[in-house]
Amino acid sequence: MTRRKPIATGSDWNFETLTAYEREIARLADEYRLDTYPNQIEIITSEQMMDAYASVGMPIGYHHWSFGKQFLAVEQAYRRGQMGLAYELVINSDPCIAYLMEENTLMMQVLVMAHACYGHNSFFKGNYLFRTWTDASAIVDYLVFARRYVSECEERHGVAAVEQLLDACHALQNYGVDRYKRPSPISAEEEARRQAERAEYLQSQVNLLWSTIPEHRPAHGPEHDEEDPLGLHQYGRYPAEPQENLLYFIEKNAPLLEPWQREIVRIVRKLAQYFYPQRQTQVMNEGWATFWHYTLMNRLYDEGLVDEGVILEFLQSHTAVVSQQSFDSPYFNGINPYALGFAMYSDIKRICQEPTAEDREWFPDIAGSDWLETLHFAMRNFKDESFIQQFLSPKVIRDLKLFTLVDDDQDEMLTIEAIHNERGYRRIREALSTQYALSVREPNIQVWEADIRGDRSLTLHHVQDRRRPLAKSVYPVLRHLHQLWGFPVKLLSMEGEEVVRRYQWPLPADLEGRG
Amino acid sequence: MSYFIDRRLNDRHKSEVNRQRFLDRYRTHIKRSVEEAVNKRSITDMERGEKVSIPARDISEPVFQHGPGGKRTVVSPGNKEFVEGDRLRRPGGGGGGGAGEGSASNQGEGMDEFAFSLTREEFLDFVFDGLELPHLERKALLDLEEVRPVRAGIAREGVPARINIVRSMREAQARRIAMRAPIKRALREATEALEAEERKDPVLRNPARIAELKAEIERLEKRLDAVPFIDTYDLRYNNLINQPQPSNKAVMFCVMDVSGSMTQSHKDIAKRFFLLLYLFLERNYEKVELVFVRHHTAAKEVDEEEFFYSRETGGTIVSSALTLVDEIIRDRYPAHQWNLYVAQASDGDNWDDDSTTCRELLVKSLMPRLQYFTYVEITPHAHQALWEEYESVQAEFPQRFAMRQIVEAGDIYPVFRELFRRRAEH
Repeated sequence: MTRRKPIATGSDWNFETLTAYEREIARLADEYRLDTYPNQIEIITSEQMMDAYASVGMPIGYHHWSFGKQFLAVEQAYRRGQMGLAYELVINSDPCIAYLMEENTLMMQVLVMAHACYGHNSFFKGNYLFRTWTDASAIVDYLVFARRYVSECEERHGVAAVEQLLDACHALQNYGVDRYKRPSPISAEEEARRQAERAEYLQSQVNLLWSTIPEHRPAHGPEHDEEDPLGLHQYGRYPAEPQENLLYFIEKNAPLLEPWQREIVRIVRKLAQYFYPQRQTQVMNEGWATFWHYTLMNRLYDEGLVDEGVILEFLQSHTAVVSQQSFDSPYFNGINPYALGFAMYSDIKRICQEPTAEDREWFPDIAGSDWLETLHFAMRNFKDESFIQQFLSPKVIRDLKLFTLVDDDQDEMLTIEAIHNERGYRRIREALSTQYALSVREPNIQVWEADIRGDRSLTLHHVQDRRRPLAKSVYPVLRHLHQLWGFPVKLLSMEGEEVVRRYQWPLPADLEGRG
Repeated sequence: MSYFIDRRLNDRHKSEVNRQRFLDRYRTHIKRSVEEAVNKRSITDMERGEKVSIPARDISEPVFQHGPGGKRTVVSPGNKEFVEGDRLRRPGGGGGGGAGEGSASNQGEGMDEFAFSLTREEFLDFVFDGLELPHLERKALLDLEEVRPVRAGIAREGVPARINIVRSMREAQARRIAMRAPIKRALREATEALEAEERKDPVLRNPARIAELKAEIERLEKRLDAVPFIDTYDLRYNNLINQPQPSNKAVMFCVMDVSGSMTQSHKDIAKRFFLLLYLFLERNYEKVELVFVRHHTAAKEVDEEEFFYSRETGGTIVSSALTLVDEIIRDRYPAHQWNLYVAQASDGDNWDDDSTTCRELLVKSLMPRLQYFTYVEITPHAHQALWEEYESVQAEFPQRFAMRQIVEAGDIYPVFRELFRRRAEH
């Protein structure tokens, strides 16, 4: 191997060295067939990084106090030194925007470029969830549209009114996604063009829906009902099927919202949809980026493009990133997605390259196959839940010493259900996969009925998962929902067919008096 | 393909609007914190921002979440001695599943307080929110000596540096149009006459007339060319005039009794009051000077250190201090240039006969020149002669003379707020 001169040494960087390193990383990434959006790498100060943080990395966003709160929290933590600003922040857009903080050392800048500009970037472009749910080329334009629209509304209707509405929408934003249907792509131009038209049309639709004149139906209904001689209730519930996308249902059906309010509901919903894949691919996404920064940095070192000082600094930083505290450590903060993801991708590579008998039994399809091909396949076609289900190997379980603990409120004691042994692997894999399933992490709540022929109340069903109840935050959320809907809102917790708990807003009069 | 952008010089306060929205939304909470902070703070300590805490539940952003209870299975790393089927006691009781619940609430119920820092400016904004300096009609413009150049329209004379190009060119164009129009009209008439003449039958033409017209046309064209494109007459200048300015300087006299009856805690209370007033004045004037006058039986101008910390004993003659203030004003701070504020702190003791003298001095000499006089009496006891005399002064100058009693440090800020409350009648 030819030892070439390092591009730069020490910890200082400048634009020439960054450009040179970027070119080398791009060359190596290409060898590994990392397909990326073009990179827009922005050098920013730590203050700007805090700004970026406060807006979830978005380069532009509408104004809301909650972002200010976020900013203050970040600022405070940073000042006190509790938190180093993460050195990577990358936006799923085309071109892919990544931020480099000016305070970073040369090593950090190279690391961030490898991690964000090639790792995350290729994940955004390749993973099926991102391909399906987000439109990288339109997001920045859409944000611009959203910001302008919201500030126009603020001018026209007052900051307080818009703020209230956004509060309510934010409370429901995790329920603003169609989970099973491919959404139509968002495009700012299209949005702007159709917005006025939509506003008018929507309002007319809603008016129809709520119109008090019954629609013309065949006079001879299917069956005669003594209770309902005119057959007013014979057409069943509305909506006919439960709706999981609460914000969508509100946008289309809330009786009293003004067109501009519907539009804002829509904006929050669209942005929630944009973040939806990120919430489901933490382990995969961070693991992928970490795997590639590790691989690429080592390649740079092998080719002599970085010196020993840089690679040692890198290894120290990398080790910190992928460290996993045990459950009994005072610093334990759940499973580190970087650690788990990195371990899993590294292990997939190992299974492909040096399969053991165990691997051949567990992963007959991939043991001994082309590792790069397999890794790309794994990155493209899964989300955390299915990725773990498919690829969590006994070796990773052993290395991390994973175990499952069952906490049942009907049992006085906790039970260790499985540990890292032959009997436990599958159960642990199953449990960990479930732990990352969004449908289990978040309560399952759907619109059950809007009583359009009665008191206009809205009824939601919460399908309890293993008897887990809702947290107290349910009341403030229902209050927000009530603001949007405009009529009483009820929420029923269901265990099977049985209603185990009822919530409603406004509170019944006797409760209100006391509470 | 990649490219770098250096954004370091871009605006770095992108979040400022959101930050202000947050502060506005939680105004009442923050005000309460600020109020506590003002009362708790050490005296020299108003020059920095403040950490403010708000109960986290008041600012939480609620979402649907799983509550404690039910059955949950948690996968955790780092098993050491557990084997399958082990039974453990619940740590700390309750049904809460301790270990990481996926991405549990990020700013939810865990944290009790949401803490953040206000900048010094924001802090003072909250401290002085809703307050105003009474009697702030600045010194009448007549006896003002300070001037500031201000723009005052357009003038025909001035220095070249202040030429207003747009106005000058407009003038030039107007003049050109005005001067050329009659010439052009004459030229057109002459040309038409010439053409008419030339159109005639050669027999009927008058050669003398043609020559005459041609000469005329030539003469007119010359005149047209002679109209200058721009003339000194066209030039216009931005005009600046010197405008008298209301005085932006204030001087604040801190007058304090340092006789034996004033303890250190009395002085601390007084100091906080002076400090608040100073900060408040500083926000309203470009320049604020401080004069410290302390007195027992005799008054003396001292520096800050000596004012607050040296100990003296003896009786009390308040008028000595007021006389000294009067002299200092006469010598150094002419009332037409300075906004004069006096803050006096005392425990209310005075030599009996002296209180009347004080009243005389205030009413006759001091009050007419002062913007505002505040008197705080730091005593839990009943008022004495001085208070009564001052009450009569207040009756005479209700707008500009204020007095309050302070019993303990906690009273300072409320008293201060009351003194400077924005008044409805203004």
